[in-house]
Amino acid sequence: MRRITLRHCIALCCCLFGLFSLTTHAAESASLDPLLAELGEAKIKDMEPILVRIEAVSDESILPLLRTLLNGNLYYNEAEKKVIGQFESNGETYYKDVFTDEINAGIDKRDVDKIRVNNKLRGYLRNAIARIQLTSKSPSVRENAVRELLSKLDDSTVATLESLYPFEINKKVKDAMGLALAMNTASQASLAPSNRIAAIEKLSTSLESDVRNLLMQLTRDDNAAVVDAANVALGKIEERVNRFAFVDQLFFGLSLGSVLLLASIGLAITFGVMGVINMAHGEMIMLGAYTTYVVQLIMPNYIDYSIWVAIPAAFLVSGLMGVLIERLVICRLHGRPLETLLATFGISLILQQLVRTIFSPLNRQVSTPSWMSGSWEINPVLSLTLNRLYILAFALLVFIVLVFVLKKTSLGLNVRAVSQNRNMAKAMGVKTNWVDAMTFGLGSGIAGIAGVALSQLTNVGPNLGQSYIIDSFMVVVFGGVGNLLGTLVAAFTLGIATKFLEPTTGAVLAAILVLVFIILFIQKRPKGLFPQKGRAAE
Amino acid sequence: MKIKTLTSAIVLSGATLIALPSLAADTIKVGVLHSLSGTMAISETTLKDTVLMMVDEQNKKGGLLGKKIEAVVVDPASNWPLFAEKGRELLTKDKVDVIFGSWTSVSRKSVLPVLEELNGLMFYPVQYEGEESSKNVFYTGAAPNQQAIPAVDYLMNDLGVERFVLAGTDYVYPRTTNKILEAYLKGKGVAAKDIMINYTPFGHSDWQSIVSDIKKFGSEGKKTAVVSTINGDANVPFYKELGNQGISSEDIPVVAFSVGEEELSGLDTKPLVGHLAAWNYFQSVETPENEAFIKAWHAYTKNPDRVTNDPMEATYIGFKMWANAVTKAGTTDVDAVEQAMIGQETPNLTGGIAVMNKNHHLSKPVLIGEIQDDGQFEVVWETDGVVAGDAWSDFLPGSKDLISDWTAPIKCGNYNTKTKTCSGQNY
Repeated sequence: MRRITLRHCIALCCCLFGLFSLTTHAAESASLDPLLAELGEAKIKDMEPILVRIEAVSDESILPLLRTLLNGNLYYNEAEKKVIGQFESNGETYYKDVFTDEINAGIDKRDVDKIRVNNKLRGYLRNAIARIQLTSKSPSVRENAVRELLSKLDDSTVATLESLYPFEINKKVKDAMGLALAMNTASQASLAPSNRIAAIEKLSTSLESDVRNLLMQLTRDDNAAVVDAANVALGKIEERVNRFAFVDQLFFGLSLGSVLLLASIGLAITFGVMGVINMAHGEMIMLGAYTTYVVQLIMPNYIDYSIWVAIPAAFLVSGLMGVLIERLVICRLHGRPLETLLATFGISLILQQLVRTIFSPLNRQVSTPSWMSGSWEINPVLSLTLNRLYILAFALLVFIVLVFVLKKTSLGLNVRAVSQNRNMAKAMGVKTNWVDAMTFGLGSGIAGIAGVALSQLTNVGPNLGQSYIIDSFMVVVFGGVGNLLGTLVAAFTLGIATKFLEPTTGAVLAAILVLVFIILFIQKRPKGLFPQKGRAAE
Repeated sequence: MKIKTLTSAIVLSGATLIALPSLAADTIKVGVLHSLSGTMAISETTLKDTVLMMVDEQNKKGGLLGKKIEAVVVDPASNWPLFAEKGRELLTKDKVDVIFGSWTSVSRKSVLPVLEELNGLMFYPVQYEGEESSKNVFYTGAAPNQQAIPAVDYLMNDLGVERFVLAGTDYVYPRTTNKILEAYLKGKGVAAKDIMINYTPFGHSDWQSIVSDIKKFGSEGKKTAVVSTINGDANVPFYKELGNQGISSEDIPVVAFSVGEEELSGLDTKPLVGHLAAWNYFQSVETPENEAFIKAWHAYTKNPDRVTNDPMEATYIGFKMWANAVTKAGTTDVDAVEQAMIGQETPNLTGGIAVMNKNHHLSKPVLIGEIQDDGQFEVVWETDGVVAGDAWSDFLPGSKDLISDWTAPIKCGNYNTKTKTCSGQNY
């Protein structure tokens, strides 16, 4: 026992100081190479035993190989009986040695076969990586490794954890290891009930789903005292989980609200301020999304920055298209709302067909920048997805900028003057034609920006706009025509209401209920949440 | 009339270069009833090309019964009632001998009364919900027992799944399939609280709360899987959200019935890797027949990147069987061909032999594949032999006593084995 502890302690020290020399690798590779060749030639179902043997003869230096295999980038060169990693850079495919990172230029795609993996192997690889990483230098890596292993606590893993536990210096890692050991103690039916109950109490502070699963099993235990303790612990955990679930749901609501806000805020200007029923608003959003696609096409190696280029580009494309539509069609139909509606509907069909012709009717693939993917894990039950979080912040930013433009700039002053009293503004020397075009361009441009955000959430296709046009009108009418604050409040109200209804009613019924609610609300208050007051209301 | 024949000759798109108007009367006409515009164009255009390719190949072999085959292509434009109109046009005006067509169940239901009224013949190549068997239709896609049931068996037996989320788009195919699956699962001893059913509208894009529900449902100690009948492009945001919320295919695998190579070809496949799909055919299956088919397809489309998929194989098998049946019957008369079809055998592209059964459904193997990052599938499981398509599900109370048998003496699409009567409906 003492010898084992000592050996592990030494191994830990080695890792801590990174004393890995290539000599150990060289000595190892002698036994490793035939195994790797075997791996390359094996069928999927025969691979696990080979991996077990590979793990047995190797140490931390095997990690790059396991990771490459996990990501599906490991290939086998049958002629040389060697495995090799594939990677892509600037659209070109290269092959390199997984251990030395040395690029092997002489290899062509046809010389190698992919070593495929399935879910079972991926699960095994993840655990194998975690087992090796238990002795990693970085505390956060060690902690994640322990958490990864919570679901697969077999005897050898527990033995390793027990031997490492006394020497762990980082508190977080030690806590995680303590949790794993407590889980092990609680599940051992042969131990004294008092020990098990103490372990269960320790577990009641954790939110890990593996812990909950274990407690759930323990509520069916033979020992009555253990069952009671497990029930108490579960109750405590459930209470906290429910609290976080509420926060989660609120976030979903806010996120849907931010999407609605982005989609409808441009309409709040063209429809709300100018009074033009613009059925082509959805297509402005679509143009913005396609602009993002084109930008990514132009700069395929800088996807992470593409969004920053796409935002102004989409604003310009949609904005210019808006100005064009206003100058060519809408300005000729002043004061004829029905004709405007029909004309803009026609324009929306033309624009849809245009992108079908240019880009094909198939959906286009827009990549998500790496900084926007994944989620922010606050604890095991509450994690906020990053793309939604960014879009929420972005929607609010756009809203603030827009309010600023309307309130503080001369364009905003003109827009408000024209929308309140066109003739008087004209008499005061405001160029109403110019203001109309600029307002419509602004509203359309904002819709284009919304398209950039939506391209990160949904499909970019010719029908993208149609799925948002109804929602946009709903938000603007509900909030009160011509009122930006109303649009903001309406968007978030509808978003949160939908998301709180969805779990009980289902997505289809939730949408219907919200619509019915708005119809009833408009019956009661035809001018929406925030009606315009004073002379401007007429 | 002459102009009409001329246009249809042009429509042939080079399939039969010698189809001069004067010869047109001596051809066998094949109608193609697939949407070439509208929402379904994405999927159906491929099938139109497949039929044209098959016609081309058959003509190179000398046609059928000594005549050339001529394809008549119409566009029902993803408009369901238009399928009935265009179907009528094909049968009465163009007088086609057979129709290959339809994708969605609603379009098939729309054209069905026309086929029965005019005694036409149609081959339907897409996986569907079953509960139908018409004398005038041959179903070469999978019935639920050739896709959904084996997939659930795989989940239960091989992956040890105990809890199931049945997620689907809100229309007839997912609703019927989920009804069958629910009855099947309950029959296998799965408790009602271990089954979660969820429907979403077409093109649903905000999956946050549903995915979070699935996550919660799956974190209760039992292995959970999602059985997805989610249709079309709603799949993309669904899988994206799964990835964003940190649900990997090892934790909660998703088995899809509507995601194939064609759907994956326009997608960022990263969030989908490891998830599953059940079909009767995958492009990645290595057999000499499949290799030849893919090669011919690439040559015909002049695009080496075009993928092949399951409905294409169903079209391929359907066309081959029809050609053999016409040869056997010696005529293109619908009643004779219909009887000659039953018992027809054609090699599957994935190995084994497909057989046309008395109920107008095929016997085919069922494969389950894991999605790979190149948009192809890695087969992880397959049935031992072929599975016979079952028109009427054995797991629904209304249909478990019904069988379909189009041979004498029963000759009925919905024969009740208990009361020994045919219900009188045509399908």
